[in-house]
Amino acid sequence: MITMNYRKAIAEAIARAMRRDPRVVFLGEDVGKPGGAFKTTVGLRDEFGPNRVWDTPISEQAIIGAAIGAAMRGLRPIAEIMFADFLGTCWDGIANHAAKLRYMSNGQVSVPIVIRTHGGAGLGFAAQHSQLFDNLAMSIPGLKVVVPSNPADLIGLFQAAVDDPDPVLFIEHKALFDVKGEVDEDPFSVPLGSAATVRQGEDLTLVATGAMVPVCVQAAERLSEQKVSAEVIDLRCLTPLDMSTILTSIAKTSRIVIVQEGPATCGWGSEVAARTADVGFNSLDAPVRRVTSPPTPTPFAANLEKLWVPTVERVVAEAMSFW
Amino acid sequence: MKEIRAFEDKLQQLFSDGLVRGSTHLANGQEAVAVGAAAALAPQDVVFCTYRGHHHCLARGMPPEAAFAEILGRLGGCCGGKGGSMHLTDPSLGLLGSYAIVGAHIPIAVGSAWASRVNGDDAVTCCFFGDGTTTIGSFHEALNLAAVWRLPIIFICENNQYSEYTPIAEVVPVVNPAADRASAYGLKSVLVDGNDIEAVRSAVTDARGTAAEGNGPSLIEAVTYRQSGHSRADPGTYKPAAEVAYWNTRDPIKLFETSLDLPTGELEAMNRGVEATIAAALEVALASPEPGPEALLTSVWGDAPT
Ligand SMILES: Cc1ncc(C[n+]2csc(CCOP(=O)(O)OP(=O)(O)O)c2C)c(N)n1
Ligand SMILES: [Mg+2]
Repeated sequence: MITMNYRKAIAEAIARAMRRDPRVVFLGEDVGKPGGAFKTTVGLRDEFGPNRVWDTPISEQAIIGAAIGAAMRGLRPIAEIMFADFLGTCWDGIANHAAKLRYMSNGQVSVPIVIRTHGGAGLGFAAQHSQLFDNLAMSIPGLKVVVPSNPADLIGLFQAAVDDPDPVLFIEHKALFDVKGEVDEDPFSVPLGSAATVRQGEDLTLVATGAMVPVCVQAAERLSEQKVSAEVIDLRCLTPLDMSTILTSIAKTSRIVIVQEGPATCGWGSEVAARTADVGFNSLDAPVRRVTSPPTPTPFAANLEKLWVPTVERVVAEAMSFW
Repeated sequence: MKEIRAFEDKLQQLFSDGLVRGSTHLANGQEAVAVGAAAALAPQDVVFCTYRGHHHCLARGMPPEAAFAEILGRLGGCCGGKGGSMHLTDPSLGLLGSYAIVGAHIPIAVGSAWASRVNGDDAVTCCFFGDGTTTIGSFHEALNLAAVWRLPIIFICENNQYSEYTPIAEVVPVVNPAADRASAYGLKSVLVDGNDIEAVRSAVTDARGTAAEGNGPSLIEAVTYRQSGHSRADPGTYKPAAEVAYWNTRDPIKLFETSLDLPTGELEAMNRGVEATIAAALEVALASPEPGPEALLTSVWGDAPT
């Protein structure tokens, strides 16, 4: 085992995928020589050279399009979109092309690409540099969506994403860059669509992704001081969505709080809430609850942004409202 | 060219008879661009085209029955009936798709050329698009990237004078929507008569050579005319009569026939052969069943049956 932070794990994940499969190529803005706007891709161009790591112009449509076309011709491209917010300039390539070409061609064409992006709030980047867009991505059939919360998961899920036959949107949370964790030195992969129960509990289930996972773990610790035992589930992927881990958990706990960064309406939490209420109705002793951001863009001012991103206090309060 | 014309004419009739759902975009008048380019390409080359792409697929060798069946939503179609008129695809022929979001396929074609560069293979990518497409951002992003990376790709703008119902001159500030933009990407300006099959073949042959020798992309503007309306039932009444009459005198098939100067008997025999081929293809297509309901859920994912 080696210890590394989430930021380093990103470069490590890409490097492992590139060492393993010569078809893997990597492109994006400032990802090569400069090592990435967030220094998440340092060293890759030195190790793999200019025929596998490509710096692009500021052309998100061309980045996504090039990845799609190269994948159709047998490569396994990884495309970086610097901020998830910039997906707004290239949803067409992702939603109308990458996700649909297999279906429209009746399986003749496949688009095995990984689109990596840095998303999420909490760092004072304001409304155009703080979104995740996980919910929009999750609504597109044909697109897989991965939201890792720690270094080991990031590396394992990334390997699975690169090996996957379908397009995958891989959203790395900016607020987690300095989070450290233990990582196996040997190659490994974490199957897409498998949630992780990161803390066992008896009285209620907290479900989260990305930066909300550590928030929920801390909330669970606070709750235990009040003699409430909370189970914490890290979904890790939104598509495929692992409902069975949630249903198994609520069969034990009978209560669920969904903790989602971003506005409530049509968030991933809405889908989890609907499916829980539908399939898991008989397990529940209380209504499905959600802790989310308010229905506004992400504010800049530090005090306002703190009100926007769900906090440990809000999760604890929502959980305690059951009793 | 004649086969393409007969195919499109038959399709218009099928549409009027209510047999074709959704939309169709015919290429009557633009056959020389497709056939001239196809004649210049090699078997390993790759073609990307648009919703107005029947002519490119047929020119590249798609059997007309597979195209008819697809457009009729039948199982025997090239995409099992799941793509339709705007999405004819057959990778075995190097036809990597027909795309219905204007301009979106140009960056994808650039990606195909990038793969050739990375792999060091000898396939050249050829990407067709319309004059109106030069006004969308992806066109410019794609040309810029292909040029800075010196990729083996041929961009062919079929300037058929119209962007849907709008004359191209009303929406671009230059006379030649593609050729006049070439210099912005460090490319040579190439303008050819798109109704002259030999001129197209020669320009594409040159461009293919440039790409194959590692000298990067070419942008060809083939000037032609959309004899039909934009789509479906559009009769194109907004097109000035004098303009239509002029371009009828420049019909690419007539021009080629004249240049060949074949004996009348031979021409008539050829015409009869084409009619018979298209009629037989349509019969095969009409005999094909609709896709079964199970097809609804297949081919969404690569790792699951549904
Ligand atoms: C992004 C986008 N905008 C608008 C349309 C609607 N549309 C379909 S074809 C077309 C005109 C395109 O003109 P041109 O590029 O000249 O191609 P042509 O149809 O003449 O072959 C438009 C506006 C579309 N399909 N996609
Ligand atoms: Mg046009």
